[in-house]
Amino acid sequence: MATKTIRLEYLTRVEGEGSLVLDVREGNVENVRLSIFEPPRFFEAFLRGRAASEAPDLTARICGICPVAYQMSAVHAVEAAFGIEVGGQLRALRRLLYCAEWIESHALHIVMLHAPDFLGFPDAIAMAGAHGEAVRRGLALKKAGNALLKLLGGREVHPVNVRVGGFYRVPTQAELAALQPALAEARENAVAVARWVGGFSFPDVGRDYEFVALRHADEYPMNEGRIVSNRGLDIAAAEFEAAFEERQVAYSTALQSVLRARGHYLVGPLARFNLNHDRLGGELLAFAAELGLRPGCGNPFRSILARAVEVTYAIEEALRIIDAYVPPREPSVRAEARAGTGMACTEAPRGILYHRYGIEADGSIAEARIVPPTSQNQATIEDDVRLVATQGIHLPEEELREQCERAIRNHDPCISCATHFLRLEVRRR
Amino acid sequence: MAERKRPTLAVWKFTSCDGCQLSLLDCEDELLAVAGAVDIAYFAEASSTLRPGPYDVSLVEGSITTAADAERIRHVRASSKVVIAIGACATAGGIQALRNFADVGDYISAVYASPEYIRTLATSTPIAAHVKVDLELRGCPINKEELLEVVSALLAGRRPEIADESVCVACKRRGTACVMVAHGTPCLGPVTHAGCGAICPAYGRGCYGCYGPAEQANTAALSAQWRLLGADRRSIHRAFRTFNAAAEPFRRESDAHGDEDHPA
Repeated sequence: MATKTIRLEYLTRVEGEGSLVLDVREGNVENVRLSIFEPPRFFEAFLRGRAASEAPDLTARICGICPVAYQMSAVHAVEAAFGIEVGGQLRALRRLLYCAEWIESHALHIVMLHAPDFLGFPDAIAMAGAHGEAVRRGLALKKAGNALLKLLGGREVHPVNVRVGGFYRVPTQAELAALQPALAEARENAVAVARWVGGFSFPDVGRDYEFVALRHADEYPMNEGRIVSNRGLDIAAAEFEAAFEERQVAYSTALQSVLRARGHYLVGPLARFNLNHDRLGGELLAFAAELGLRPGCGNPFRSILARAVEVTYAIEEALRIIDAYVPPREPSVRAEARAGTGMACTEAPRGILYHRYGIEADGSIAEARIVPPTSQNQATIEDDVRLVATQGIHLPEEELREQCERAIRNHDPCISCATHFLRLEVRRR
Repeated sequence: MAERKRPTLAVWKFTSCDGCQLSLLDCEDELLAVAGAVDIAYFAEASSTLRPGPYDVSLVEGSITTAADAERIRHVRASSKVVIAIGACATAGGIQALRNFADVGDYISAVYASPEYIRTLATSTPIAAHVKVDLELRGCPINKEELLEVVSALLAGRRPEIADESVCVACKRRGTACVMVAHGTPCLGPVTHAGCGAICPAYGRGCYGCYGPAEQANTAALSAQWRLLGADRRSIHRAFRTFNAAAEPFRRESDAHGDEDHPA
């Protein structure tokens, strides 16, 4: 049997740095190692001794793609520790801010990072020649999300307006109303992009994942909900660490999270869709089916459809929130520090994001724990790669490498988040 | 007519959050035009085509925190005509430079169960500490308008017009009422480099210094004002110790207000 080594120096079109190593012996895939070499940044360490009120601004810097997710999990966790409730229009504004991030982050992944895989282009710019309209619509979609983010947050990356208790400033009705035409146009763009994506050809792969996502009494989940799975998990955020365990592996600076009871699981748009499709409304669910996405879908390549459906949902939800908006009297509720521990889980674009803070009486952080979506998906991504590589083991190496990269990109991994991503090395023995 | 060869652009990531290079993809209206004017030769976050150098312009995001990256930045410099450091990580070491004030061993064991697997330097340092940098763009994150101005200026062969005043001046120009004077809210605007657009005061909060120290920042005088507004030493210490903690004027001022564990 020939011994061969294939190297993919750096995984592209993902956020962050890492590599993939495949050990192939006698034509069988023995080991798959998703190695994240993104240097560690030690957030959980330097958060100790900081003011709990600083957590949203400090943890936002974990990820430039989904800072709102970090800010949301941070404020909810700190508020849980302080024993304060943020309701009414302030709660609605937080959901609106999350809609904005889902729109810009999903639009980025669908059009700029993921679609080129299906159409055989190295990037969206090269793809723009043959698919100019779709790329322009995608960019317009992203821009609409960013415009909303900028109004609510002050800027697109690392917004400045989120605080424990609410916001520093709330928008006027007129400011939000001014965005309605752009969002109405964005809805048309989202539907057109979704139909374009629905026309792609999807590899016939199906896996029996354990999907994990938040589940809320009556909303598609963003800021709140119980943590549920299709295998009976149903817990509060405060029980996260009892149900999940973070493991360190020698080849990665990102910790891997597993379910203590059953091991690997999947978070993100496909999990959210499968566990919450009944919260999308009949019309959108019918649209999803029309695109080729049906409840129970275990084909990771179809996650791009779940993102397209979620973008459409987020725009519609944003329009609903804006319609019902009445500016609250105060931009925040009073947050008085007290000693305690607070946990929260929110739905980042890539899946559930857990934060826990132990806080001292003077409001400073004694201990912090953060579990990002990509750490949770890491082991499952390795399983996906193993499956794709096993099926494609006899493919020419260039094609095999492509298939492996695609299997990874399906999950929109954010390596900066996981710490914390890709060079592919196939060692054939 | 012979087409003029487009300059090649490379985008590099070191230790960072990806937010500054994302600013380039956030130029939704200009992205296709930029891609028409420059030849994007290396941009791993956006393209699978990674072409070897030399490059005309390299945008560098992130700080240096590993021995391997200290080596890699030298290769980037050697293969680039112009090196532009973008963002607080690349220009000041970023938030991860908080390790410079701590024992990195303690940090590793706080996050990782098996510290022996982790390879990292004791400090996070800016790009200019390792190689010659031609231009620095401040901010956590950078302002995409400033990035577009730099790229346009380079293409036109002129000096970029980048903010060099303080947030305080930019805030006055924006016409925002002073949050320190009007509301008694502690603000780092007087000592912070402009470029952000003075967003925070316009949103009713004090500037938190994410663009780093302004030229000739009188941090001691500002701290005295903060004391008058009721800020304690610890909060002043924390205010200077964030995304530009290792930038000299901010480092000095935070040191002057004690260590987290041993308040002065």
